[in-house]
Amino acid sequence: MISHIRLAAAFCLLLLVALLVNAARVQVIQADSLDSNPANRRSTIDRFEQPRGQILVDGRPVTGSRDSGQQLRFERTYTQGPLYAPVTGYASQTYGTSLLEGAEDGILSGTDPMLAPLPFWNDITRAHEPGGKVVTTIKSALQRAAYTGLDGRRGAVAAIEPSSGKILALVSSPSYDPGRLSGTGAAVTDAWRRYNDADAQPMLNRAIRQTYPPGSAFKIVTAAAALDAGVVEDVDAPTDVPERYVLPGTRTTLPNDARGCDKESLAYAIKWSCNSVLAGLGVRVGLGGMVDAAGRFGFNDRRLRIPSGVAVSNFDQEMSDDQLALSSIGQFDTTATPLQMAMVAAAVANGGDLRYPHLVERTLAADGDIVSRVGDRTYGQAMKPRTAYRMRQLMVEVVESGTGTSAGIDGVTVGGKTGTAQHGVGNSGTPYAWFISWAQEEGAGRPAVAVAVVVEDAEAVRDEISGGGDAAPIARAVMEAALRD
Amino acid sequence: MTATKADSPPPELRLPKRRGVELSLLVCAVLISLFGYVAVGLAHNDAVPPDAVRHSAGLGLLALVAHLAVRLRAPYADPLLLPIAVLLNGIGLVLLHRLDLATPGERDAPAQLVWSTLGVALFIAVVVLLRDHRVLQRYAYLSVVAALLLMTVPIFFPAVNGARIWIRIDGLSFQPGEFAKILLAVFFAAYLAANHSALAYTGRRIWKLQLPTGRVLGPIVAIWLLSVLVLVLERDLGTSLLFFGLFVILLYVATGRTGWIAVGLLLAGVGAFAVGWLEPHVHSRVEDWLDPFASIEAGEGPDQLAQSLFAFAAGGMFGTGLGLGRSVLIGFAAKSDFILATAGEELGLIGLTAIFMLYALLVARGYRAGLALRDPFGRLLAVGLASIVALQVFVIAGGVTGLIPLTGMAMPFLAQGGSSVVTNWVIVALLIRLSDSARRPRPEAVETGVIAPTTVIAGPARDTGSSGGTTTGGER
Repeated sequence: MISHIRLAAAFCLLLLVALLVNAARVQVIQADSLDSNPANRRSTIDRFEQPRGQILVDGRPVTGSRDSGQQLRFERTYTQGPLYAPVTGYASQTYGTSLLEGAEDGILSGTDPMLAPLPFWNDITRAHEPGGKVVTTIKSALQRAAYTGLDGRRGAVAAIEPSSGKILALVSSPSYDPGRLSGTGAAVTDAWRRYNDADAQPMLNRAIRQTYPPGSAFKIVTAAAALDAGVVEDVDAPTDVPERYVLPGTRTTLPNDARGCDKESLAYAIKWSCNSVLAGLGVRVGLGGMVDAAGRFGFNDRRLRIPSGVAVSNFDQEMSDDQLALSSIGQFDTTATPLQMAMVAAAVANGGDLRYPHLVERTLAADGDIVSRVGDRTYGQAMKPRTAYRMRQLMVEVVESGTGTSAGIDGVTVGGKTGTAQHGVGNSGTPYAWFISWAQEEGAGRPAVAVAVVVEDAEAVRDEISGGGDAAPIARAVMEAALRD
Repeated sequence: MTATKADSPPPELRLPKRRGVELSLLVCAVLISLFGYVAVGLAHNDAVPPDAVRHSAGLGLLALVAHLAVRLRAPYADPLLLPIAVLLNGIGLVLLHRLDLATPGERDAPAQLVWSTLGVALFIAVVVLLRDHRVLQRYAYLSVVAALLLMTVPIFFPAVNGARIWIRIDGLSFQPGEFAKILLAVFFAAYLAANHSALAYTGRRIWKLQLPTGRVLGPIVAIWLLSVLVLVLERDLGTSLLFFGLFVILLYVATGRTGWIAVGLLLAGVGAFAVGWLEPHVHSRVEDWLDPFASIEAGEGPDQLAQSLFAFAAGGMFGTGLGLGRSVLIGFAAKSDFILATAGEELGLIGLTAIFMLYALLVARGYRAGLALRDPFGRLLAVGLASIVALQVFVIAGGVTGLIPLTGMAMPFLAQGGSSVVTNWVIVALLIRLSDSARRPRPEAVETGVIAPTTVIAGPARDTGSSGGTTTGGER
C-alpha cells in the first residue's frame, strides 16, 4: 500500500505543477495581452483613479478635476472651456483625448516614466505618480482678445512670439465646451453628436487643423522668394509685368483688384496687392525656387508638431506655369493653416530666422519639479536677413498707407498683409478674409508678436470681405494685447 | 520552544511532540493575517484599521483554543496542519474583508468569522471526542446513508444560480454536499479497507489489465451512477468530479490495480462526455473554457472566466498589493468561486504560489500520516481526506485560471461559504487525529492486539514511558 500512496501523492504533485505552470502562463506569459484586451476595464479605471494634472496658462490652471464618485472616478473640468478648447482639446472618458490633452497625456495622467523618481522600483510597487502639469506658452490676454474679436464668426487666430516661436494665442471660432465631453453617459454622447453634427463644426480646430487658400497673404512668400532668388534686386524698381497679365500657356488674363499695377515695383505690388506682378514674379522664380521658398516657411511639412500635429499647408510641387502663377498669389492648390501664415509673418519680423512654433513651455511633476523644458529652436532660415529687412519695410508700408491701415497702432512699428482668397467651384464660395501682421515697439530689440487671422463668414457680402476690413481689426486687438503684456 | 509539561516522561525516550513549533507557527499565521488586514486598511483609506487588533485577537483566540485542544488531546499530531489551516482561514478572512470594502452593502467577512468559529468549535469537538479514528470504521454504512441523504435533500429545494446544492431555511443557506464529502471518505476508506484483498486479487486478466469480477464491480458502478446522478440532478459538475476522483484514488491505493484506474477513467470519461454534451448548463461551461473571450467578440462584454483571467493577469508576478486590485469586476461569485482571482491579482504569482504551497503542504502532511499509519482504514482515510483537499483545490483553481472547465466549488478555507469552512476544519481535525495516531510511540506488544489500543489512546502521555517505545511510527 505504501508505494501506491506514494504514487497517489506523486499524482497530487502533478496536479500542483499543472496549477503552477498554468498560473505562470496566465499571470506572466499572457499577462500583457490580457492586460491590453479592450474588454479589460482595469487600465481605464486606473487612468481615472486620480485627478488629472493641470494645464496652465499664465501660471494659472485652466483645467480641473471633479470626483464623480463613479467607477471612472475623476472627470475633467475646464474653467473657460470654449476659450481654451483649441489649446487644451478634450480629455473624455468616452472619446479619448485630443490636442494638448492627447499630446501630453503621459504627463497629465501621471503615466509618463519621466515622472517616476525611481522607475524600476515603481514597476514593482506599482505606485501611481500624481499627474504632472503642462505649462503652456499661451497668454490669456491675447487669447481673449482674439476670441472676442472673432465674436463667434467662423475663423481662427494664431499668434506667435517671433523671437522664440512661442505660440501666444490659438483661437478657433465657433468653439465648444470640452468639459461637456469629459464623463460618460447619455449627456456626453448627446453633446458629442451635437458638436459633430453642427454645420459650424465647433470641434474643428481651425487654427492648426484647417487649411484655407491664403490668397494675397501668400504674396509675402512669393516676394521673399523673388528677393532671395535675385529676380528682384530693387524693391522700388519697376517690374516688367503688364497690367493685363496673361497666364503662361493660356489666354486667361489674371484679374487685378488693385488699380495701377502695370509694370509696377514690388513695393507697390505688396502695398496694394497686385496679383499680376506677384504672379509674374513667381513664374520667374520658377517652380523649384518657389517650392523651396515655401518649404522654408513650413509649407509641405508633414512633421510639424506643436506638440499636437498640424495640418499640412500645401504648395504644389508639380504644376504648369499658369498653375504656378496662380499658386504664387495664394490660389490654385495653395492652402495654409492660420498657424502657417503666422509663421510667415514671424519669419519676416524675426529677420528671416523662423523659430519652431511650440505650445508647451515646460512640463512639471506634481510637486513642481521640472520634467522637461521645451527650448527655443530654429525651424530654419526662411529667407536671407537682407531680404527680411526689405520685407519688413514692405509690410510696414501696407499698414501705414496700403490695404492694411486699420491694423495700425500709434507709436508702434506694425507690418501686415491683407488677403482675400477665392474658393469654391468657379470662385462661387464666399471668400476668406486674411490678415497677417507683426508688431514691434519703437526701440524694442525684437518684435513682440506675429499674428495671422482668418475670417470665413458666409453671411457677409462679398465685397465687404477683405483682409483689411474684417480681419485686420482682430489682428490689431491681439497685437495691442501683446504690447500691453 | 519545547513542551514543558510537568508530567513529561524521561526525555531520552520521548519522540518530539513539536507542540512548541506549532504554537510559534500559529503566532506567525495570526501575524500574517494581521498584516494583511492592516495592508487592506492602508490601501483603502491610508489608515490602520482601528479594529485590527480586535480582529486578529479573535483569530488568535480561535487558534489558541484549537492549539490547546491539540496539545491536550493529540500531543503527537503533525505541527504543520493547524497553522496552515489558521493561516488559510486568516487569508480568506482578509480577502473577504477586502472585497467587502469594494462592494458596499455586502458584509460577508463577519459571517465568515462566525462560521470559522463554528468550524474551530467542531475541530475541537472532533479532536477531544474522537479518541481513536478506528471508531469511525464501525459507522461506515451509517456514513454512506447519511451522505446520500445530505446529497439528495437539496434536490427538493429551488436551484440557486443553476445548481441545486443549497438548502435554504430562513435566509440561512448551506451546502450539505460539503459534509457529505467527509462521510463518503469515511465510507470509502472503511469499505476498501475491508474488501481490498478481494478487489485486488480476484477477477479476469485481459492483456496487462486485471479486471475486477462482476460481484465486486457492483459498488463501483453504484458510486459512478451516484456521481452522474448528482451531476444531472444538482447540476454540480465539481462535486461529482470530486467524488469520483476520490473513489478512484482510494481504489488504486487500496488495491494497487491499474485496471481499476482504467475502468474508473473510462466510466468518468463516458459520463463526463455525455453530460458535457447533453446538459446545457455544463455544456456552456465547456464552451466558455474552450474560448473564454467568445462573449467579448460577440460584443456582450467579458464573461466571468475572462474577467477572472484579466484579474490574474493584472496581478502579474508581484501583484497589485492587498486592497489595490480590481477583482470586483468579476462581479457575481467574486467572493466564493472566484476568490482565488483576488489572491492572484493582489498577491501576484508569488502570493498565489505561496497559497498553492500551503495547500500542497497540507496535502503532503495528510499523505505522510497515511504512510505512517499501520491500519488500512487509517491509511485510506488519511489519503482520502488529503485527496479531497487536493482535488478540490485543483478543480476550482484550475477552473478559474482556465486550465479545466469551470465548475462551481469552494476554495478550501479561502472562499466565502459556511458549510465549506466548517467541513474543512473537520477535515483538518481528522488529519490531526490521524497524524497523532501515526506519530504516537507504540509498544511492540500492543501492536498486534485489537482491543488493547483503546487503552493506549486513553492515556497517551502516560503510556509512552512504560512502553519503551520504538521509533517505528513512520518517517520520524
